[in-house]
Amino acid sequence: MVKYVIRRILLMIPTIWVMVTVVFFAMHVLPGDPAISILGEYASAEALENLRKELGLDQPLIIQYLDFLWDMVRGDLGNSLSNNKPVSWLILSVLPYSVILSFSAILISIIIGIPVGILSALKRNHWIDYIARIAALLGFSTPTFYLGILLLLLFSLKLDLFPMIGGGELSNLGSMLHHLTLPALAMGLVNASIVTRMTRSAVLDVMNEDYVQTARSKGLQERKVIYKHALRNALIPVIAVIGVYVGVTLGTAVLTEIVFNRPGIGKLLVGAVYNRDYPTIQGTLVVFAAFIAFINLLTDLSYGIADPRVRYE
Amino acid sequence: MTRKKRSALAVFRESKIAIAGSILIVVVVSIAILAPWVSPYDPREQKVVKRLQGPQADYLLGTDHYGRDILTRIIWGSRTSLTVGLLAVTFAGLLGTCLGIIAGYKGGWIENFIMRAADVFLSLPSLLTGLIVIVALGSGISNVVIAISVALTPRFIRLAHGPTLSLKEIGYVEATRASGGQEIRIMLRHILPNIIGPIAVMATLWVATAIRIEASLSFLGLGTQPPNSSWGLMLKSGVDNIMISPYLAVFPGLAIMFAVMAFNMVGDGLRDALDPKLQG
Repeated sequence: MVKYVIRRILLMIPTIWVMVTVVFFAMHVLPGDPAISILGEYASAEALENLRKELGLDQPLIIQYLDFLWDMVRGDLGNSLSNNKPVSWLILSVLPYSVILSFSAILISIIIGIPVGILSALKRNHWIDYIARIAALLGFSTPTFYLGILLLLLFSLKLDLFPMIGGGELSNLGSMLHHLTLPALAMGLVNASIVTRMTRSAVLDVMNEDYVQTARSKGLQERKVIYKHALRNALIPVIAVIGVYVGVTLGTAVLTEIVFNRPGIGKLLVGAVYNRDYPTIQGTLVVFAAFIAFINLLTDLSYGIADPRVRYE
Repeated sequence: MTRKKRSALAVFRESKIAIAGSILIVVVVSIAILAPWVSPYDPREQKVVKRLQGPQADYLLGTDHYGRDILTRIIWGSRTSLTVGLLAVTFAGLLGTCLGIIAGYKGGWIENFIMRAADVFLSLPSLLTGLIVIVALGSGISNVVIAISVALTPRFIRLAHGPTLSLKEIGYVEATRASGGQEIRIMLRHILPNIIGPIAVMATLWVATAIRIEASLSFLGLGTQPPNSSWGLMLKSGVDNIMISPYLAVFPGLAIMFAVMAFNMVGDGLRDALDPKLQG
């Protein structure tokens, strides 16, 4: 197990390295000159030249790339071209907002998705199943940012129950939860529809297995058959889907943060794209890639908890 | 027609959801094709005195901040969504399937290279992969198609790679290879027809994903650019004017939802139809 974890962590390094390389070269074919972006169109040629030198942009691309890699290994993601603050500081100052938002959304999706999926499977072709399936299809087809807009219209603009913008203060739990509720619900409800669909189909598959039929035929209570035999085995594909959707959730967090004007790594990334602030774009994407690789590892490890037969080699 | 094909078609026909989805797709495609004839106004016609009007007899869904008819722009927006969605999935499907088959069939360093590259791109959400490409190429409809194609190609590679691995070991493929059959012919004549079914199913579902990514990129101001019509772009202007005119954000979102739902419904139906457990 320990060996497996170490090997997986080591395998994360080449993945992140390739991702960083792709991002670096993508940023450097950007149309436009970052020096002009910072100093404006009317800056003198001398000022532009000095700034290019200061930023290392006068160096050959390969030297810039090696410098960038070396800085990154030391944890230095460079300085923002917009405000000259260290990119790592900018990321760290907003990362907690994104992490809290994503994990709350995942929690909501599990709390709603798994019980509804189980109920839908156990009541197959009953009206409860039809309602659950239609709701899941609607949720699955609704872009998160659109659901966010609808929640904003209803609960903020019409009923004035939740704030329209901001992320609240992290040190104040009440304020934080007040600002978190709508964005987390928007993301959580959409993800819940995916978890519901997956859980329903996994439970239906397992309920037809021989060992479940055997458990029934030896007179075990239906509740025990479901909880002790069916659910535990149905959980594996559900965990896999939840794991995969953590990455997707982080992606949709970008849009949710824009809709709710909430601080976060997604909002930082989009702001950097608008300003052609490529050190910040690179830095945020590297953090995204590392975070998703880490979640994938956690997902693989959680299989073992759901199913003791899973062995890590 | 073989018995298996007939029964797959029967499973599809029996699915009310799949039939409803097919009807919805026909409606959306017809609206997109007939846009110049069915839309009540010119999508770029601005009437500043009529700006931000609510739904009324002249403007069934109201007007936007330039006084343009929202219904008209939703109708024209369907062209953007469908064009981007279908083109991106077609490009990604062709490229990804070819690469997946080559990786699975050839093995060795070619397989390693293609599959590791796919893994790297799969490690980021599709929206972010699309965003990186847009940052590099700039915004605009053709770049959005490229961005979404790049984001979806690794999914097709993965989908084509697995079955190719097992198909190349099957007797008749080995026999063709042993009798000196050309590799390209084996891949096209013997492997591709056997994996095209599941790929077509996922392609249908990923048209929905592509429509959603286009709307997301346009919503961020990085996709389709004004004055072209795009549902995501309309949602963005809806959010910008949310305090003055809340309905502006509601209708374009509904259009995205219905289009995405239509492809999801058909994709689900096709998946059930090809599932041997559900066939008679």
